[in-house]
Amino acid sequence: MVQAGSIPIVETVAAPAPAARGRLHSAMRRRSMVGFIMALPLIALIAGLVVYPAVYAIYLSLLDKSMTRFVGWHNFVFLLNRATFQMVVFQSVLFAISAVVAKAFIGFVLAHLMHAIPSRRQRFYRGLLLIPWVIPLALSTLGWWWLFDPTYSALNWLLNRLGLPSVSWLGEPGWARFCMILVNTWWGEPFFMIMYLAALKSVPEQLFEAAAIDGATGLQKLRYVTLPMMRNVISLTVLFSLIVTFANFDIVRILTNGGPLNTTHIFATYAFQVGIQSGNIPLGAAVSLFMLPVLAIAAVFVLRGVTRRSQEAM
Amino acid sequence: MGSVRRITRRKALRLAAATGALPLVHIRTSHAAGRLSVGFWDHWVPQGNEVMAKQIATWAEKNKVEVDFDRITSSGNKLLVTIAAEDQARTGHDVLSFPTWEVQNHHAKLEPVDDVVGRLEAKYGALDPFYQYLGKVDGHWMAVPASSGSQYKGPCARLDLFREHCGIDLPAMYPARAEHTALSDTWTFETFLKAAAASKKIGKPFGIGLGTTADSVDTSGSIFASFGAQLVDAKGAITVKSDATRAVLEYMKRLVPELPQDVYSFDDAIDNRMLIGDQTTLIYNPPSAWAVALRDAPKVAAQCWSFPTPAGPAGRFVPMNIFQFGVWSFSRNKTAGKELIEYLMQREQVQQRCDVVYGFDIPPFDSMLDFDIWDKAGPPPGTLYNYPLRPFHKANRWITGLPAPPQIAVQIYNQALTCNLIAKVTQGGLPIEKAIAWAENELEGYLG
Repeated sequence: MVQAGSIPIVETVAAPAPAARGRLHSAMRRRSMVGFIMALPLIALIAGLVVYPAVYAIYLSLLDKSMTRFVGWHNFVFLLNRATFQMVVFQSVLFAISAVVAKAFIGFVLAHLMHAIPSRRQRFYRGLLLIPWVIPLALSTLGWWWLFDPTYSALNWLLNRLGLPSVSWLGEPGWARFCMILVNTWWGEPFFMIMYLAALKSVPEQLFEAAAIDGATGLQKLRYVTLPMMRNVISLTVLFSLIVTFANFDIVRILTNGGPLNTTHIFATYAFQVGIQSGNIPLGAAVSLFMLPVLAIAAVFVLRGVTRRSQEAM
Repeated sequence: MGSVRRITRRKALRLAAATGALPLVHIRTSHAAGRLSVGFWDHWVPQGNEVMAKQIATWAEKNKVEVDFDRITSSGNKLLVTIAAEDQARTGHDVLSFPTWEVQNHHAKLEPVDDVVGRLEAKYGALDPFYQYLGKVDGHWMAVPASSGSQYKGPCARLDLFREHCGIDLPAMYPARAEHTALSDTWTFETFLKAAAASKKIGKPFGIGLGTTADSVDTSGSIFASFGAQLVDAKGAITVKSDATRAVLEYMKRLVPELPQDVYSFDDAIDNRMLIGDQTTLIYNPPSAWAVALRDAPKVAAQCWSFPTPAGPAGRFVPMNIFQFGVWSFSRNKTAGKELIEYLMQREQVQQRCDVVYGFDIPPFDSMLDFDIWDKAGPPPGTLYNYPLRPFHKANRWITGLPAPPQIAVQIYNQALTCNLIAKVTQGGLPIEKAIAWAENELEGYLG
């Protein structure tokens, strides 16, 4: 028997088969079902490695230190009242925003410079500029640490050679924060560069030609042609980088371990110190979850904007 | 109908007792006593791991237990992360080595080992209250204090430079024999300050730090203790606002200018490099730095001498970090785990391991301080004789955070409160009273 609502072709093919088999067959014919089945391994992977840990972290953050009693929002309220945690929030925001702005700016400039290089030589320079991004971050940060090392700093050696005094790169709060941002920018800027370069290459050349005919200056071309065409890529890269930078751990852990005077701690390093080292896993979970709502809301708005602009362009 | 055998109360009790005793019995056939998974700290001296592996293999063969032995490095806090993960997952190794605070952090999932410690104490003497503080919870031993990795972090100084520039003859002050000297009574924090100034003058300042890692925390905590400054007392009351704290901070205001410029960004490796690189006259470290110097800078190594910390108004306190062997309560072979630990803590095994790591490992029982490795190690001869605390040193073992209840002390330690308090005054320029008020506020957070 044929199910009501099934399309004629299914009726013809499924007619001799038993009812259950027919239903399965018809379901499999639906594109959405096939798509779902194909995506199932990935969905399972995300559920197991992202959703479950995230939900478990939320659950942990609502427990007391011994993890035996439900305390609701107590850990979050407690953290908000601590001066050290307030400093961690400030530093995380400073670190993430400064680094992302610097990466976006440098990446944008580099992408334009790269775009102007003829394609044969461009490949070489593109590979060269990608090196910081492909080296494991922990290793490259160790390299930076040797440059900043208190006793044997190569940078200080250079400064001394020039007759300048040594700088306490990782011992002074201001310099230490600067070093964190510098290393993160150095590491993450190639990602922006490559994304912006790809976006630039997809801008139709006719638009620039039309703008040139209209007498647009370089700056006007940038403002009225390039930027609008790259808006989606810029939004997505900034959002992605913001999330990754807020979650950074390696750089601070290797360079300063949060010091001096806790002035370089960010969410991940402070969460590790409180949760793993000091044995208060629920409080550590609360620290690490602190930016989740802010970033989630930002992600919703950015992605909505991207979808809207994509639909307008279609 | 066949006859029904009646079960009496007596029979039922016997059966229950026999069933309960089952896990205590090893059946002596090949690997019949089951499997055991062991994760111990990856020793910085590789020979320490080799001897440990041999000892475990010997025990496994004798007891017919199949043992998997993992060496887990403390670099990158891998050991801490492993412990935390196994605690959460309730699976993993059966026996682990737990660094200083980790028994207190994870005691709820550990199997009490009062029986093992009781037998060891009966054989080798009572353990110092220091070990009880770190290993006992509610009157029960939750892990067995281990020798492997346990270390003092007292001064290791250059004989030649101290003699020439600081006017201190270290072997005369702390000779390589069981003798208390009058000179050792002059080894106070005032002498320490003068020596620091003299060292700075020749461009080889003391390599002690005020960073956020263990070496800095251990050093600063022992200085606080020497001045009698407690942040929190044993009952959990905040006691940082005291004359002793003011005194130690005043002292640090005088000492810090004599230390390296980058003292606030020190990590645990810088001091070692300074000693090996002939950049300093004194560091606070176990003999690992000397052992590396022996290989890489033999001339420096030949001038190193380990000895206790200076004395302050409240006494002499030497920083100590320990490891403890613990059995997870979710282990499926607890009995075998306990037996292995007991075997590893026998004098012969402890001495074997201690010998191959140049005496780095400190046995928890004072009766084992007669191992001859500390007499023999050199050059220079006797360099390590005063590395382990001996009764005539009149010194105490110390861990930053003591005597606060461990759940508070661990936060004082890991959040480097003593270092940060000093830095608030010496780097941040905060008046002492304001810095103490800041510390009070931080401590209130730890209590909450």
